[in-house]
Amino acid sequence: MKCPNTSGMTLDKLSLGESAYVASVGLDGTFRHRLLDLGFVPGSQVTAVLRSPDGGLISYRAKGADIALRRADAAQVRIATALRRQEQWSARQGGSTKRPGGRPSSVEVDASSPHEVPVVALAGNPNTGKSTVFNALTGLRQHVGNWPGKTVARLEGSWSYQGRGFRIVDLPGTYSLLSDSPEEEIARDFILSAEPDCVVVVADATCLERNLNLAFQIMEITPHVVLCVNLIDQARAKGIRVDAGRLEELLGVPVVTTCARQRRDVARLGEWIDRVACRRVVPQPVRVRYEDHLEQALKDVADDLDHLLPRVSSRWMALRLIDGMDAGVRQWVSVGKPKDLRAPSDRPRCRSCAACRA
Amino acid sequence: MASGDGTPEQLLEKADRWREVIGGSVHDSVTASIYTTASQVASEVVTTESDADKSSAVSWLDRLVTSRLLGVPFMVALLAAVLWLTIVGANIPSGFLAGLLMEEGGLASWCHEVLGVTLPASVSVSLLELLRQAFTALHSPWWLTGFLVDGVYLGLAWVVSVMLPPMAIFFPLFTLLEDLGLLPRLAFNMDRYFRRVGGSGKQALTMAMGFGCNAAGVVACRIIRSPREKLIAILTNNFVPCNGRWPTLIMAASLFVAAGYSAVSMALVSAVAVTVVALIGILATGLVSLLLSKTLVKGVPSSFALELPPYRRPQILRVLYTSFIDRTLSVLWRAVVCAAPAGGLIWLLHAIPVGQGNLFDTIAAILDPVGRAIGLDGIILLAFIFAIPANEIVIPTVIMGYMSLGHMAEIDNPALLFRENGWTILTAVCLMLFSVLHYPCTTTSWTIWAETRSVKWTLLANLLPLVLAMAVCFMVAQAGFRFESVLDMF
Repeated sequence: MKCPNTSGMTLDKLSLGESAYVASVGLDGTFRHRLLDLGFVPGSQVTAVLRSPDGGLISYRAKGADIALRRADAAQVRIATALRRQEQWSARQGGSTKRPGGRPSSVEVDASSPHEVPVVALAGNPNTGKSTVFNALTGLRQHVGNWPGKTVARLEGSWSYQGRGFRIVDLPGTYSLLSDSPEEEIARDFILSAEPDCVVVVADATCLERNLNLAFQIMEITPHVVLCVNLIDQARAKGIRVDAGRLEELLGVPVVTTCARQRRDVARLGEWIDRVACRRVVPQPVRVRYEDHLEQALKDVADDLDHLLPRVSSRWMALRLIDGMDAGVRQWVSVGKPKDLRAPSDRPRCRSCAACRA
Repeated sequence: MASGDGTPEQLLEKADRWREVIGGSVHDSVTASIYTTASQVASEVVTTESDADKSSAVSWLDRLVTSRLLGVPFMVALLAAVLWLTIVGANIPSGFLAGLLMEEGGLASWCHEVLGVTLPASVSVSLLELLRQAFTALHSPWWLTGFLVDGVYLGLAWVVSVMLPPMAIFFPLFTLLEDLGLLPRLAFNMDRYFRRVGGSGKQALTMAMGFGCNAAGVVACRIIRSPREKLIAILTNNFVPCNGRWPTLIMAASLFVAAGYSAVSMALVSAVAVTVVALIGILATGLVSLLLSKTLVKGVPSSFALELPPYRRPQILRVLYTSFIDRTLSVLWRAVVCAAPAGGLIWLLHAIPVGQGNLFDTIAAILDPVGRAIGLDGIILLAFIFAIPANEIVIPTVIMGYMSLGHMAEIDNPALLFRENGWTILTAVCLMLFSVLHYPCTTTSWTIWAETRSVKWTLLANLLPLVLAMAVCFMVAQAGFRFESVLDMF
């Protein structure tokens, strides 16, 4: 989507402290997707904040987070100094939500979990304190390995709540699920095919907007989501406040604000994980509204998918099929569910409980 | 387009057709829609107290670390400060452990010097002496006492007293800096340097991890997307000193480079000397990366986007506690698994007679010409061979190599022991250079193999540093000899 006001200004020309709006992103391929995922989308505000001693890298603040880019790459991003009021970004690009309204409701228990022991996945952007949450829940009962076929570390552990045991899988930190880096493939495939009973999205309260990108994508795949707004103490220190109740209403999923170092907060998070994973609460997440054409396409393809693959989120799969960049999803549709990503059969080796030592 | 029933193939075709209809990139459109929604949600939910315009606020630390004039000097000074703290902090515990475990008279001299207290003679005995007495009392044969006490136990005791304190202090300090969030800033500052030599800015991150442990640094190379740049980062990670090599560098620096300085400035001079050697290591990283990118691992540089998360207040006590305990335990474990057997083996080699001398001296004599040529000697070289599994046992092995059977006097004064065996400041310098540049330890080698799955690269990762280390030490040694003989003339 190009902004007509392309005066030839590119991002690298921005002086420190100056702000502008992204007009279009040149480049192509994975790096371009990465930039978009990081928040350099047309229409968003960016500010140049820091320059490296040799001047080769500049750090830009986008969606509340600082991202450093090389000059040559920044030169591929066109910027505009002002957004024209007449440009109705929302209408052209979609973006409003269909709100189901209200708090997550208690619904009839859906007992069809494919796992003996409920599986909880932790997802989130890098640097959100996800590992602190993971450690807080699992303590020493962790097991480190590799994801099959990839050199990406896989952290798994066990957690118990009121006598119930859960298996927690820490997914690699990702900015989105739409691109094709190994981490994103792993995260996406796990959520799709291993069907975790609950996905906890750990978000950084200091740059919530950027974190919502991943949250919305995950909510598209599965409704069993708990949003953990972490690093709330750092946000407070910066004067940032997050209205968790309103966020819950807008998103349609449980929202828990945490400072992962506080036991109280982790306990509250645990409560909600338990409720969602055991299906005592089934959230009804909002749907992001896409561009009109795309919405039509989704409806059409998703209807067919519903019949072919009843257990899987058809809207998500339809999105990936229409996008055409996801070989794994195409394979799934034609051949069947990939084998190696189903919930792992090896038990995590914990060092404390008698059952694991046996 | 009909819906409802349909085969997978028809479904895929339908999706393809829609893609053509929509045109443009679906990914772009989706991301834009998601962000618009996210924006709306965030604007309702997130409130910022804007007493000042925070949109471009930058912390003072960032201004300092990335400043044109002060940035790099600040980082170097930070490294020197960490080393200085390590040196100063390790002194007293080292003395304590040495007294407790090995020295004649036990803790008597330590208590006297440090606490100003005179210990009664009955408790002025070290564990070594106690063990000997115990073994003698049990009528143990000389070879068993020798092997277990003068070999195995002594090997353990040296590592624990001389190597453990600096390692247990350096690593927590390093982890604190990491926790604070300084590493991405390091990559931010050094991206150009690494790009110039054909690597990626993220190589600065993996290199920095190598300061703690080279194996961890190699594993960290997974963050580098491009396989070519990742390989370069893996192969060059070894050139920065890891936790096990800092004590070797510190000891060589304190005993020789800083010798003759007052007690107060000794620590400072040693810290500076070790920092300089670390910088040489970074230089070597750059040069070898350049060499590799021009020859074996050619290709084009990749793009990258680096997130600079805000500085985080580290949980100081928790970090200090966990990493201190972790590190102490892990060093103790390596001492048991590597240093103790090495000590035993050295004693054994000393005890096996060969001709006029013993097996140890014979082997050392074979290695001596090579050693001397590069500014070291046969025993030091042999020590480096022993230290292949664990870098930290180099100095203890050299000490035990120099001490002949049962000789105890020099334990109090390693510097004297070294000088008696021909060490000069040149030897210390060559030792430091060799330590920084030589092949990786077995754990790192195994990790390199696990990450690259290639025997060829793993072999190169060992041979290249060895050749470089020998070449550099050779040149420095030869230059040093010339210089010394010029000085002698006056």
